[in-house]
Amino acid sequence: MYTKAQLTWLVVLRVFIGWHFAYEGWVKLLNPRWTSLPYLLDSQGAASSFFIKLTQNPALMDTVNFLNQWSLLLIGFALIIGCFSRIASIGGILLLLLYTLSHPSFIGASYLMPFEGSYLWIDKNLVECAALAVLCTFPTSHVIGLDRYMKKIMPAWVRKYKLI
Amino acid sequence: MATEEKDINQTPSSEQPESKGRREALKALATVPVLGALAYGVYKKQKAVTSGRDISDVFKVSKDEAKYLEPKPDGELIRVGIIGFGIRGKQLLRAAGFAEPSWIDTMIEASKKNKNDTRYQQYKEQDNLNIEITAVCDIFDVYGNDAILAGSNINREGSNGTFGKAPKRYRHYKELLAAKDVDAVIIAAPDHWHSTMAMDAAKAGKHVYVEKPLSWTVPETYMVRQVIKETGVVFQLGHQGRQTDCYQKAEEIIGNGLLGPINLIEVCTNRNSPNGAWVYDIIEGSNPNSIDWKQFEGDPERVKEYMDYMTKYGLERYVGPEERSKFSLERFFRWRCWWDYSTGLSGDLLTHEYDAVNQIMHVGIPHSATSSGGVYFFKDGRTVPDVLQTTFEFPENDMTMLYSATLASSRNRGKVFMGHDASMEVSNILQVTVDKNSTRYAEKIDKGVIHTDAPFYTYVPGQDSSDSVTSPTELYFAQRGLLYTYVNGKRYDTTHLHIREWLECIRQKKTPSCDIDQAFEEAMTAHMGTRAFLEGRTMYWDKDKEEIVRGEIV
Repeated sequence: MYTKAQLTWLVVLRVFIGWHFAYEGWVKLLNPRWTSLPYLLDSQGAASSFFIKLTQNPALMDTVNFLNQWSLLLIGFALIIGCFSRIASIGGILLLLLYTLSHPSFIGASYLMPFEGSYLWIDKNLVECAALAVLCTFPTSHVIGLDRYMKKIMPAWVRKYKLI
Repeated sequence: MATEEKDINQTPSSEQPESKGRREALKALATVPVLGALAYGVYKKQKAVTSGRDISDVFKVSKDEAKYLEPKPDGELIRVGIIGFGIRGKQLLRAAGFAEPSWIDTMIEASKKNKNDTRYQQYKEQDNLNIEITAVCDIFDVYGNDAILAGSNINREGSNGTFGKAPKRYRHYKELLAAKDVDAVIIAAPDHWHSTMAMDAAKAGKHVYVEKPLSWTVPETYMVRQVIKETGVVFQLGHQGRQTDCYQKAEEIIGNGLLGPINLIEVCTNRNSPNGAWVYDIIEGSNPNSIDWKQFEGDPERVKEYMDYMTKYGLERYVGPEERSKFSLERFFRWRCWWDYSTGLSGDLLTHEYDAVNQIMHVGIPHSATSSGGVYFFKDGRTVPDVLQTTFEFPENDMTMLYSATLASSRNRGKVFMGHDASMEVSNILQVTVDKNSTRYAEKIDKGVIHTDAPFYTYVPGQDSSDSVTSPTELYFAQRGLLYTYVNGKRYDTTHLHIREWLECIRQKKTPSCDIDQAFEEAMTAHMGTRAFLEGRTMYWDKDKEEIVRGEIV
């Protein structure tokens, strides 16, 4: 049970994060030349070799780009309208963790594309990640969102495993 | 408070079904309009980005990718011999697909240490050029034996690999040229041998790939051109820069007039290491017994041409200082430091820069050359300067080309074409920056469509960037000089492409991009620069007589 203020701000947080994800995906889809290749090549830290390896195979790059663009857009839409928003939140967390793994803000890290702001260990990706975890813990789509209907339609196991 | 909570989170049971249903729907769909807002925002933003940004009326560049002569699938096997297996000879044979096993060992080791080091993998994936190395020649035994190993390394494996048939090693290049199982030769001997060997090879009916510069003396430059033309062999000069993707784009940009009139080109050499200054390692096992010094000295006719010029104009201070016949490991391995064998900065490095400009703008031999410089840092007994400036005038093109070189500072200075409307810097990538006082782009600059404080257009090979302005990504990558050759999955080495072109021209009976006419222009330009330095006077090119004319010292 939420207070009015709690519900309002949790929904606002969900919609804002959804907006951010959706636009990130949309803008990439609108640019036919967009590729995550430079970003991946610029990976640093322990997992960098994994991300750089992805760039070595053009077919794999196409898949990576496709998945990234559409995941961002769909997660964004899902959060905004509150449809499967728990799955969307978890998907968002996974995406953000991948970004963090490829561009960790460790001491001495220097990237081609400078982030605005200054970070030590915790960057905006991680903050957004934590915010999505909050949304998972305090779901609002059952109250404000399509999940209000979805939970009625979906089979019992979906609810049992808290997928909605 | 409790009521309020209940109100928000659940619908009271006393509600009428109709109103309940409406409430349900309202709550379920409450945030859907946000999608509409987002769509409207995206539409507005796209419109703002695209409107007024049309530059196609003043800046037109095609989407064409660089063109290379594609190998014929059923091309015949070519039997290749190599003369000279020093630093460059090794690189050339490697580019042709035959690496020394020890080099492969090093690459494998490097890839084990660093997973991101994919040089070995890329080397293994390099195209097979369908050639056989049947003959090798080096006058130094260690290099000769290295060449045999490399030539037999058909599977591109390390020391533990399985090897093919070993090529025959010849101790004299003329013996190699007489061999019947050689169709074509790669010549990577020191500069003072280039033309002589190229001529002898052509006379023996062998196709020729010779390292730059074409010639060491001026007289031999005419001779080699004549011999190559008369024999009709396929000739390629080793300016692998000819295969640089960006140079083709640069030619198009200048051809389309996008830079406006170009009055000044600046090309540079910036090196700062002993290796870059030709102080190469003295290899273990080198001694008078393992090196054929007599052959190293050079062709007597050539040496006479060289000495005639030096004595005629009182330039004896640049000869020697050691006797030519005296064995010297330093002179053998670091021959570029002495005019007795070398063509100096002009022949070694200016030629790459000039050939690039000639490829892009077809300027031909300059009208005049003026040089200055000296031995300012590497005071190791060398006669060849380590700092050199040469200005070439092209009055027919209303243009000066300035070559500025130092071997004692690696501060990066690029190859820059300065036009009235824009300047263009060319390396592995290409960047055009619009001039703030440009006439052509004035209107677009005023409207804020074109910015002049950062590169306006960036071409990165493998990236389809031809129809838009520089994106932040491209800019950052360009600034960090990161290579995009990963894009197509396969990385091509320009030297490999240059040798491939030569071999394909042999098979398809075509003319390579750096043919004998281009080579002649390259050599004469370099000689003008060198002579201007040695004599301290301007050298002119008499176009009709095809002669270098010495300027008067007033």
